Amino acid sequence: MPNRFLFLLTALLVIAGVARADDYRLRALMMIQNDFQAKGQAGLDRLETDSLQHVCNKYSDKPPEALLRLVEADQLATVKYPADGRLMGDWREGEKIAQSGRGFTWTDKPGLPVGGNCYNCHEISPKELSFGTLGPSLRNFGRNRGNTPEMRQYVFSKIFNAKSFNACSAMPRFGYIGALNEEQIRHLVALLLDPDSPVNQ
Amino acid sequence: MKQSIAVAATLAMVIGGFCSQAVAKDTRSAAAVAAAPTPAAKDAATAEFDKFREVMEDSNPAELFEAKGEDLWQTRRGPKSAALADSCDLGLGIGVVKGAYVQMPRYFADAGKVMDAERRIVWCMIEKQGFSAEELFRTPFANENFTPEPTSLVTYVAGASRNLKIAVPIDEPHVQDVYRLGREVFSFRAGPYDFACATCHGEDGKRIRMQQLPNLAKKEEAIRAYQGWPGYRMTGGFMLTQQWRMNDCFRQQRFPEPRYLSDTVTSLLTYLTANANGNVYKGPGIKR
Ligand code: HEC
Ligand code: HEC
Repeated sequence: MPNRFLFLLTALLVIAGVARADDYRLRALMMIQNDFQAKGQAGLDRLETDSLQHVCNKYSDKPPEALLRLVEADQLATVKYPADGRLMGDWREGEKIAQSGRGFTWTDKPGLPVGGNCYNCHEISPKELSFGTLGPSLRNFGRNRGNTPEMRQYVFSKIFNAKSFNACSAMPRFGYIGALNEEQIRHLVALLLDPDSPVNQ
Repeated sequence: MKQSIAVAATLAMVIGGFCSQAVAKDTRSAAAVAAAPTPAAKDAATAEFDKFREVMEDSNPAELFEAKGEDLWQTRRGPKSAALADSCDLGLGIGVVKGAYVQMPRYFADAGKVMDAERRIVWCMIEKQGFSAEELFRTPFANENFTPEPTSLVTYVAGASRNLKIAVPIDEPHVQDVYRLGREVFSFRAGPYDFACATCHGEDGKRIRMQQLPNLAKKEEAIRAYQGWPGYRMTGGFMLTQQWRMNDCFRQQRFPEPRYLSDTVTSLLTYLTANANGNVYKGPGIKR
């Protein structure tokens, strides 16, 4: 529901809007719609943008402040917390999920489970030297930030829907898109926050 | 020459194995980790690869494909029994190959389209030689057992621009138009992971695992989208073109598949190549 509202809002902004760049943007969009074919699990529906992607595309990842807040609140509202309130799982399981990079490409087998891809973008455990740098280092995350209930909730929310705190972040919305389930996200929270996790050694 | 290629191929297999292990996409790679204990050693795979590439520059396996491509270019072939050398205009006049590659993508009035090199070559094969489009589009990219003819032809045409400056005619209005479209495609986010090209190639000095990601929006780095392509892939031992590179990045972007030689891919290649204008192209190369 809030998504639809936001879509209307942005539609209005587009109509009222200025931006000559939009001509090329629109034409590029039309071109893209023509030029792809479904392959494996990657259907043409993936070319349709949702309200968040639409806003980030329109404003080149820098929406105006007011819209930004609206979008982030909208994304945060999608986070589903575990009914039993438990946010910490097993960091060993979390490490396995963080390692795996598979999922959602047309060469991947469809269906769950998919990997977290975390090491593609983050330094995490000191034992893993093959890590990407698109995201910040998460070394000592728990040691630096504390293992408080608030911090657990933040990390759970961040992994569930990274856009809740940074609308046009490069980080995917793992829980929101159904890539990672509640249990897997719990394990990742433990990987980052558990004092026994290698991350915090 | 034959022998050096054989040596190169075995070396490629060895190093290829090393690289793929160090990159360790999906599995924990204890061996690679143990072998690289210090941050300074982290880029060992990259350094090793770069050294290897330097050594290989004199006996580049891509030359084999250049030779094959030259044959294909000169020979009368296809249902119309025509030689591309006598019929195909790559922008500098019929049959002119030298310097053509570094001036594409460009606008071709006979096709009414801006075309990149591979697209133009395939267009000529269809229009001038009468080859079936369906056939050519079926298996557009090489694998261990098969090299598509357009791949060899692109490698030949690219080789004929070795040591020349990249000069996409960006001031020509059609090219300019397609360039702007390409810039938009580059930053279009969609799909399950909300990725655009710019997500992975929009900042300086970033990596996915150990793979360096060029900032392709920047003039100084955009050359990396061009240099070494078409490239002999060490990890598989076959030639791949820029059309393949675009295809595989869309795969990583979790998009559906771009059609071979589509406007979208041409627009990206126009954007990336024009950003690299002014740099000297060193010819078909080696990629990991
Ligand atoms: C494609 C890149 C990418 C992937 C994959 C990715 N992240 Fe991120 N992540 C980022 C970026 C970029 C940021 C910083 C910007 C932001 O906060 O959104 C970030 C931020 C974070 C933060 C917040 C850091 C802070 O200081 O508050 C956490 C926690 C995090 N990521 C955890 C994860 C986990 C766990 C995974 C795997 C399930 C993951 N990330 C996968 C790119 C990524
Ligand atoms: C999820 C990450 C990701 C996305 C999205 C992505 N790429 Fe890439 N790209 C890579 C990786 C990884 C490589 C390989 C780097 C290497 O071989 O070291 C690469 C390589 C390339 C190269 C070759 C660079 C070289 O040094 O030879 C080009 C050009 C390129 N990408 C363009 C694009 C374009 C255009 C798009 C959008 C259609 C795109 N990429 C989307 C990850 C990505």
